[in-house]
Amino acid sequence: MTMAPETLKKKAAAKPSSPKVVFERPHALLPAPFTYCPGCPHGIVHRLIAECLDELDVEGKAVAVIPVGCAVIADNFFACDVIQASHGRAPAVATGVKRVLPDSLVFAYQGDGDLASIGMAETIHAATRGEKLTVIFINNAIYGMTGGQLAPTTLPNQVTQTSPYGRDVSEAGYPIRVSEMLATLDGTALIERVTVDTPKHVRAAKRAIKKAFRYQMDGVGYSLVEVVSTCPTNWGMTPQDSFAWMRENMLPYYPLGTYRDVLAEGFSNIAEAAQARAGACPIAIEEGK
Amino acid sequence: MSEKVLMKGNEALAESALRAGCRFFFGYPITPQTELAAYMSKRMPKEGGTFLQAESEIAAINMVYGAASAGARVMTSSSSPGISLKSEGISYMAGADLPGVIINVQRGGPGLGGIQPSQADYLQATRALGHGDSHVVVYAPSTVQEMADYAYSAFDVADKYRTPVMILADGMLGQMMEPVVLPEPKDTAPEKPWATVGHAHARAHNVVNSLFLVADKLEQKIQERFVRYEAIQRDEQRFEAFMADDAEIVVLAFGASARIARSAVASAREAGIKAGLIRPITLWPFPTSAIEGTIPTAKAYLSVEMNMGQMVNDIRLAVLGRAPVEFFGHTGGVIPTPQEVLVKIKEMHRKAGA
Amino acid sequence: MAPTTKRDIILAGFGGQGILFAGKLIAYAGLLEGREVSWLPSYGPEMRGGTANCSVCLADEPIGSPLVLAPHVLVALNQPSFDKFAHDIVPGGLAVVDSSLVRQTGERTDIALHAFPATKLAEEAGLKGLANVVSVGKLFAETGFCREESLFVAVEKCVSAAKAALIEDNKKALKLGMGS
Repeated sequence: MTMAPETLKKKAAAKPSSPKVVFERPHALLPAPFTYCPGCPHGIVHRLIAECLDELDVEGKAVAVIPVGCAVIADNFFACDVIQASHGRAPAVATGVKRVLPDSLVFAYQGDGDLASIGMAETIHAATRGEKLTVIFINNAIYGMTGGQLAPTTLPNQVTQTSPYGRDVSEAGYPIRVSEMLATLDGTALIERVTVDTPKHVRAAKRAIKKAFRYQMDGVGYSLVEVVSTCPTNWGMTPQDSFAWMRENMLPYYPLGTYRDVLAEGFSNIAEAAQARAGACPIAIEEGK
Repeated sequence: MSEKVLMKGNEALAESALRAGCRFFFGYPITPQTELAAYMSKRMPKEGGTFLQAESEIAAINMVYGAASAGARVMTSSSSPGISLKSEGISYMAGADLPGVIINVQRGGPGLGGIQPSQADYLQATRALGHGDSHVVVYAPSTVQEMADYAYSAFDVADKYRTPVMILADGMLGQMMEPVVLPEPKDTAPEKPWATVGHAHARAHNVVNSLFLVADKLEQKIQERFVRYEAIQRDEQRFEAFMADDAEIVVLAFGASARIARSAVASAREAGIKAGLIRPITLWPFPTSAIEGTIPTAKAYLSVEMNMGQMVNDIRLAVLGRAPVEFFGHTGGVIPTPQEVLVKIKEMHRKAGA
Repeated sequence: MAPTTKRDIILAGFGGQGILFAGKLIAYAGLLEGREVSWLPSYGPEMRGGTANCSVCLADEPIGSPLVLAPHVLVALNQPSFDKFAHDIVPGGLAVVDSSLVRQTGERTDIALHAFPATKLAEEAGLKGLANVVSVGKLFAETGFCREESLFVAVEKCVSAAKAALIEDNKKALKLGMGS
């Protein structure tokens, strides 16, 4: 967002003695430097989450469920309460928390191996139950923490440590488009795919995360924001080249966009949307409810 | 006092857990524990609680992990193959010092095994219910009344020591009905300042975590936990002694097989044999003190189990070579008869020249 | 046999005949009299459309194994059940058999066999589906395993609230069995 010079002048004139704060650490981020690899987008996404927690004033009732993967250390960064979950089970853990604390804001932060490989059952079932929680899904098409192995979202022909000749889809099968798949489930209120390679995309990502949190707090249903991301270290590229590679290869396979938004579709929650979808199934029609 | 009612063991476990303040249950169907989940699905909504049938045992135990993190009294139940699936989550609970109650209504194994009563998960429960240096407290009720009693106290023990607690039952105890007096509802859950309920800007953030990447830190955490384990071993051993005061043939049996052993011991006494029964109620901590008390008169020990003799080594460790320890049992869901056990007692009696 | 006799009972029949309920009635009557009682069903796949059976023990000492292998009493409501368990009855024991469905009652002369057409009697009395309870009444008439009033209270305790309308029919069925 840009400001006209007049506006800037006016603001400066209003408080002549105090220096203008143009950038500060969100309260919901602990005062600790990120220890992720140089150029890793985790830092950007962490910050966006923290800014949303601040702006919605929900840090005090937020519980983060962190994964097994690079973000296993995210309790060093998130200032809200944090639960470290076992590999892939964050949606189940988050379900347990949310059922006990229905007024809290619960979000799971998961990578592609955690969410779409070992944790796929938990992912799908939390979504189809319409758990009032938010999943931030970092899809960088590779296992980062263990050193760059084939992930469920690794692209066809993409080279990884365990697909040294490129992902052979005749053997290793095809990548999973998580957002598209989850959007078919009646429990989902918001499914959006974003990325963080440019300021414009970063702002869009933040809007998506904030909307997801809002939907959760308003009890609309399950929300997931998929962040198409990079892994400069394991991809063996500079951060800039990584983003270029991502734009060239990943975005065509994983197009950005909103895959489900029940409010935008004209419903007030997942129950209404599901009812409309259930169509002519007599047993699915809730009379008097 | 409540009225004496006729109840299935599985249902007594469930009702008693409710009366202990458990308001969250996460499970997955498996025989022979299904009545427990069905009972919870009926009662929980009426108590303002949550019953959730998870997508798997793995998801169920992780929901328990989440609910326990949020400070709730929470329970899951399963049977042997399902407990194997839960073992990862139980290890995480132990590693994160989370209280919770896990019910195992055992059936025959290994693998899919069978659905008839078994005690073949003794070693799993007492030695390695999940990876890493850890223990869980294990209760082995032997009547429907004890199913109710120990499900009731398990939550207090879990909260007191911040540990998972297992009720190790079996298909016989789960399926059978007996008269039971249910405990009065209570609300004894302590404050849990460590719980991740949102800090409300009133404290530093809480972290529920089993990950310690610095070896020294992890060692220190485990050593602290083992101080608690020592307290549990000192204060929480439970057992029942039956005709054991002057016993020469000391029978040890837990859970369902203890019922059978008790009948055999009574018959042996009628036949003039000084037999007695020590029935461990806690399997971990194992009641070694009870065995020590029998050493002066014991000529031989007999372990009666519905497995291939998994408790024998614990008895030998307590007896420390001061008397022979033998085994009689059936496995795979076959239930030993009192007559068979009596024959074994008589044979040992002859051998011991008692 | 007096009400204080230790009694191990097997009840068996087709799934759907109310075998488990009949066992529960007997156990509850024992409970009401302050006795030690246990009830153990067969469970698992064998319940799916096949036979159902349960073990009931009535005693004055704590009950060891609730699984009855050598019953003092067998209540058999179909032929396969009679064939399966009749030879396990202890010598001097007793069998109550629904002769509407059990035609072959074997050659055991060391047990008291009480064959009576429970299903037919129930249907004629407008109590279709209550041959199980009629048989419990018959067992009471032959053994006096509890006090009579305990059985009627047991009916009230065992019939679920949702089926309270059936309490009177169950009591009629008990009386029918007692008088047959």
